Amino acid sequence: MDDPLVIADREFGSRLIMGTGGAANLAVLERALLAAGTQLTTVAMRRMDAVGGTGVLDLLRRLGIEALPNTAGCRTAAEAVLTARLAREALETNWVKLEVVADDRTLLPDSVELLDAAQQLVDDGFVVLPYTNDDPVLALRLEEAGCAAVMPLGSPIGTGLGIRNPHNIELIVSRATVPVILDAGIGTASDAARAMELGCSAVLLATAVTRAQDPERMAAAMRSAVDAGRSALLAGRIPQRFWAQASSPAR
Amino acid sequence: MLVVVNGTERELADGATVADVLAALDAPPRGIAVALNGEVVPRVDWSDTVLPPGGAVEVLTAVQGG
Repeated sequence: MDDPLVIADREFGSRLIMGTGGAANLAVLERALLAAGTQLTTVAMRRMDAVGGTGVLDLLRRLGIEALPNTAGCRTAAEAVLTARLAREALETNWVKLEVVADDRTLLPDSVELLDAAQQLVDDGFVVLPYTNDDPVLALRLEEAGCAAVMPLGSPIGTGLGIRNPHNIELIVSRATVPVILDAGIGTASDAARAMELGCSAVLLATAVTRAQDPERMAAAMRSAVDAGRSALLAGRIPQRFWAQASSPAR
Repeated sequence: MLVVVNGTERELADGATVADVLAALDAPPRGIAVALNGEVVPRVDWSDTVLPPGGAVEVLTAVQGG
């Protein structure tokens, strides 16, 4: 595998991690996931009802995509730890996207509860991928707690506002020794490319694709953007200059 | 006896187990997890775990999200 994404002991060829929320139905979701070329995709844990069944899991299994359970909806460390343990039972994976949000209007991570939950889950043998604020200090603390990656937001979940504080993302990337995955806030392809240019190892997005007018096409666009951003990073961009520099010879 | 399954009261025979609840719900064999009074019940213990009267059972599965 050329230039794989490595998280914990696993290698992924795709640097685009998808969420499944917001898709109108499973057929739309299937086409979007295939177009995205993703190998890792999040699901949420909820009470079983007779109607929903386990359709989304069956879909991911059929497509050969790894399911990454999240703890969406949890407000406290205790709730998140229980949800992660239930997900481990249900999905037979010790990987978890750890999400502990503070309130419904912002859906911003509650950093205190997040760090507490991360420590408990690492101690319990989980591979923890925490959804965090774009806080370079907290990112280090999460890494020190043993998280396998850190996943700072670009902007709040579902807003499509892109990366509001690119310098913070660069600060996080510059000191992290685990993968930094830009999670939340991506609105369109240029946001995903920017995340990769800033040095993120991967991008996690859902709404930007699932609620786009044409989810399949947007998924393909995101795939190209992640690839382009990664290539641009590896290629090494030119320094920015104040004054012009002619690209044609003077005579 | 009464137990609470996913927030709804259900009448079950005394001595009913977690496995009996799952059968009553017609739950699929894979992709689900069970908590009893806030503690995970591992899959291997489903048929041996007897529900206490008034016990709160949560049956979860994965749905679209994130």
